[in-house]
Amino acid sequence: MKHNNEAIKNTKVTPLNDTPDWTFDLLKQYQHEIARVADFYRLDTYTNQIEVITAEQMMDAYASVGMPIGYNHWTFGKKFIQTEQNYKRGQMGLAYEIVINSSPCISYLMEENTLTMQALVMAHACYGHNSFFKGNYLFKSWTDASSIIDYLLFAKNYIAQCEEKYDISDVEATLDACHALMSHGVDRYKRPQKISLDEELKRQSERAEYLQSQVNALWRTVPKKAQLDNEAKYQFPSEPQENILYFIEKNAPLLQPWQREIVRIVRKISQYFYPQKQTQVMNEGWACFWHYTILNHLYDEGLVTDKFMLEFLHHHTNVVAQPEYNSKYYSGINPYALGFNMFIDIRRICEHPTEEDKEYFPDIAGSNWVDTLHFAMENFKDESFISQYLSPKLIRDFKLFHIHDDSDKDYVEIGAIHNKQGYQKVRQQLASQYNLSNIEVNIQVIDANIDGDRALTLRYTPHNGVALGKSKNEVLKHLHYLWQFDVKIIQATESGKDNVIASCPPQTKDE
Amino acid sequence: MANFIDRRLNSKNKSTVNRQRFLRRYKNQIKKSVTDAVNERSVTDINSGESIIIPKKDLSEPTFHQGDGGIKDRVHPGNDQFSTGDKIPRQPKKQGQGAGEGDASDNGEGEDDFTFSISKEEYLTLLFEDLELPNLEKNQLDKLIQYKTVRSGFCAEGVPANIDIVKSLQGSIARRIAMTSSKRKHLKALEEELLILSNDKYDNIQQKRRLIAEINDLKEKIAKVPFIDTFDLHFRNYAKQAVPTSKAVMFCLMDVSGSMDQATKEMAKRFYILLYLFLSRTYSNIDVVYIRHHTQAKEVDEEEFFYSQETGGTIASSALTLMNDIISERYDDNQWNIYGAQASDGDNWADDSPRCQSILEQHILPKSRYFSYIEITQRAHQTLWQHYKHVEDSHSNFAMQHIKSVADIYPVFRALFKKNTHNAA
Repeated sequence: MKHNNEAIKNTKVTPLNDTPDWTFDLLKQYQHEIARVADFYRLDTYTNQIEVITAEQMMDAYASVGMPIGYNHWTFGKKFIQTEQNYKRGQMGLAYEIVINSSPCISYLMEENTLTMQALVMAHACYGHNSFFKGNYLFKSWTDASSIIDYLLFAKNYIAQCEEKYDISDVEATLDACHALMSHGVDRYKRPQKISLDEELKRQSERAEYLQSQVNALWRTVPKKAQLDNEAKYQFPSEPQENILYFIEKNAPLLQPWQREIVRIVRKISQYFYPQKQTQVMNEGWACFWHYTILNHLYDEGLVTDKFMLEFLHHHTNVVAQPEYNSKYYSGINPYALGFNMFIDIRRICEHPTEEDKEYFPDIAGSNWVDTLHFAMENFKDESFISQYLSPKLIRDFKLFHIHDDSDKDYVEIGAIHNKQGYQKVRQQLASQYNLSNIEVNIQVIDANIDGDRALTLRYTPHNGVALGKSKNEVLKHLHYLWQFDVKIIQATESGKDNVIASCPPQTKDE
Repeated sequence: MANFIDRRLNSKNKSTVNRQRFLRRYKNQIKKSVTDAVNERSVTDINSGESIIIPKKDLSEPTFHQGDGGIKDRVHPGNDQFSTGDKIPRQPKKQGQGAGEGDASDNGEGEDDFTFSISKEEYLTLLFEDLELPNLEKNQLDKLIQYKTVRSGFCAEGVPANIDIVKSLQGSIARRIAMTSSKRKHLKALEEELLILSNDKYDNIQQKRRLIAEINDLKEKIAKVPFIDTFDLHFRNYAKQAVPTSKAVMFCLMDVSGSMDQATKEMAKRFYILLYLFLSRTYSNIDVVYIRHHTQAKEVDEEEFFYSQETGGTIASSALTLMNDIISERYDDNQWNIYGAQASDGDNWADDSPRCQSILEQHILPKSRYFSYIEITQRAHQTLWQHYKHVEDSHSNFAMQHIKSVADIYPVFRALFKKNTHNAA
């Protein structure tokens, strides 16, 4: 157990009560102490709103993928039924906590947790995740914590109104289509603007009318003056569009105004979750690091008992365990384990640098660890965080190795292992494994043929030659529902010729 | 800064709407599952929900994702044997291969089924969705009336066997207290006076004698008040009360001759389930008697009733005769509400049909609350239908219906309830 030397003042302190059963008074005492220590380490957080809920409510929260207010849709019902079934059969425990990136920051404590667990969750969620939400650059630029609850409420009500006004089935079909394209509803390379709920509401009705008029203008069928044929063919969109949902919202010819608004809602929610996808390792690692550090700090002060610490360490160890590749429990790298160990390691490099660390991390070796950690948390995402901070020591501790799998060969090759020659490569490969643009498929709108049959063309650009997954035809049906004219996906072959790999309605092969 | 909020008392079923949406969305698959389940469960099992199985692939929500092939680079922890440049032959199709991890789980998922439970209400709604169930709350079936004697207080007259001893003695005590209290008070006063006199230093002989005489007189009068009087007697009173009997017996009669195929039987099964459900809303205990027949009738259990295959001709009257026998043997029509439901494809031995009519009219219908006949066939009606038509015209507690599909079952019940509202009016 690491000791925090500055913090130890060996005065007589009465430890906090460590009964298993929590009460609101005890929670407040623990919260008070945790807040004090968090402040000591300069964790800057949104105001905490800690809600105590039952297991069933936790399943509700689970099913709505962490949105405290979700619109109604069958997919959430499916998730709820799944969660409930698994929970009842004992196949899974429920998460100890759910925390929502909002201001105030809402965290859920489950009723049946012990007092130790509640303290762990408070340190983890209310100070760890919360400060991450407030400090990390991705969250700062992509999400607006103060308006998200209002926006979700607006979305719920709007969709409920649509269901009343139009047919539930139509609303459902629209949502289904949007969900299929949800991960393509984000501007990866642009930063969004923030707007408040008031503006959002004001703009919404104007937008509906305005958009429709724009679309109508775009699709005007009055013949234009004969343009010179030798002029380059007018291309729309003028540049490929990666944000398919945005393109649909603004340009789909026959969508109803309310459908455009629904597309927009799904797009906005997708954008809200986008930073979480990119910072899983960091976010969880940061939260684990702080629950570990804060509770140890309290222990060093004599505020929590040995009994408390033993229970805490038991849970903590389970959370940050990393099974090895040949274990039956192995299912990829555990983001909690990687993130936690990286932050611990950064602290070690700052406090007790070795010669190797000084060589690899001349900037941070020996620096103030609190400053360094805050800097790391604020300015990186998983990919850049790993390529910046994964140390040789950690690669050795995890015994990381790289496998190069080329489907053309009948073997897989070990590209690098945890030795001096391999550190750079392992680090680089692990980082790219967290690069969203490598994980998510690159598919962009390249042409809408507005002068002709209005057929929409998308281009799939494979990463490392990986083919597009089988469900492409199903997704295309959804896209067709929104666009309402022919849609197709093309992919360049090796010879450079474009090949149609999927289309809706399906085309005959010989085309 | 932190605020604690106790949300435990908030509404729990936040996901109910979404659950309903889910059921609505997958109605077809769920209905298929329910239909399959009907065939596997008992007619009388209407109190449990059902577990629904939907193939997972039907539920998946498609997204664009990376497929097979190409170059994949992965980093894994826990190297115990590899060195840079090692070439490891592929293991047969994605088994434990670290690099194939994504695919392995994809394949695994594809074969799983999505299983969940629906409640009894959801089950019944789905089962009878095409049937538009009438409002069961408003429509109550007639019940057989029985009388039961119940205690209803006390009365002053009755047979000695009904004397309530406690109540009578209470009356006796009250009466005796009431009749002697003034005398006792007087007696007490006299006794005190006597005591004063006897403590006096003078011999008040005259006065004493008078007092003693008076005291004795009073004591005698008190003793003369009778211990018990006819006036004290209380008799337990009984009254007759009408109670509708909650016992019912449902006879399921079915033709199992060769011409009845499994689909027809399953349609009949729906009908029986529905009837049972209706009856169970009204009666607290219901016996179900299964009688199947071809040329001979036999009482069987449910399993055999629906699933054993027989061949041969058809004599419907045999089942009716057996039903009549069972009624007289086991189900007294004064105590049991008797319901009959006969299902057939209409085939019957031509000479037998008049017999059926007469057994129904003379024996069964007078004892039954209701008898229904359903004919499940695509062909023209035969003699049985024609004879039953006569029965229907002359008896109000007989209904018959020609059923081609499940949706036709309901009108039989409409007839049943229409009749009832007439009676009530």
